Amino acid sequence: MEELRGHRAEKSTAQGSGPEAEIIRRILAGEPRLFHDLIRPCERSIYLLLFSILKNEAEAEDVAQETAIKAYVNLRNFRGDSQFRTWVLTIARNEGLGRLRKLGSRREDSLDAETDQQTGDYTPAILTSWREVPAEALERQELGAILRRAIEGLPEIYRNVVLLRDIEEMDGRETAAALGISEGAVKVRLHRARALLQRALAPQLGAFAPKRKSWFGGRA
Amino acid sequence: MRIDCKHVWQYISAYIDGEVETELRADIDRHLDTCEICSAVLDSTRNVVVLVADDRVFELPAGFSQRLHERLDRELELAGP
Repeated sequence: MEELRGHRAEKSTAQGSGPEAEIIRRILAGEPRLFHDLIRPCERSIYLLLFSILKNEAEAEDVAQETAIKAYVNLRNFRGDSQFRTWVLTIARNEGLGRLRKLGSRREDSLDAETDQQTGDYTPAILTSWREVPAEALERQELGAILRRAIEGLPEIYRNVVLLRDIEEMDGRETAAALGISEGAVKVRLHRARALLQRALAPQLGAFAPKRKSWFGGRA
Repeated sequence: MRIDCKHVWQYISAYIDGEVETELRADIDRHLDTCEICSAVLDSTRNVVVLVADDRVFELPAGFSQRLHERLDRELELAGP
């Protein structure tokens, strides 16, 4: 757990405001090509958030490009009171929702209809023991597919939070700012999302845990 | 204070993130010492959190980054910030 928190902290400080602010200053002072370096660490977060919103690879890629261009054109408006990634994700979210409207999708309506007040069953899958599934098990494509299906099956308001907090490892404050919600809502949604994921995945993941050795030296 | 399983489940996510206050954390730890179910729920949830964070789960489409920077290059030629 400490390891988890440490890893997250390391990732979020990797884009500290010092060097970032300097790059932005230089871009605005006439070195536009440095924008490539500024946007590169954010690409994955932008794409994944847009894929979460649009659920379509081609649309997500197109809107990711629009987002990067919009961030460049509006760079002077970035005030530096958040990380650049947070600001650019706010743009991505707005662009993604705009694209949904253009596509005439009703998904945005269902998104608005879901609130944190809704009651749901967040009871976890009840287990009496757990054998850890190591990250090496992800070498099996089947496991990745199971995890992706579970995440894609979450209601969107939970999926977006899991994506930024657990997959992109942003902290609660930056996640809240990027999604335009409170830090409290981030915590509630993350808790529910993790409970839903545990319930969906725990019964399936056992097959990917290393086998226990039997008393007879073979595999149980 | 003795707490029950449902109470523990409410705090699983915060517990994993180390965001539970000291006193409650101690109560949860005492419960976990004797409750196999909650220990398994905690371990499995933590395992799920670690697995979904792996970069191999969601990969960018092939050529995504190259196409993005090529489009940016075209834009950089057209306009200044």
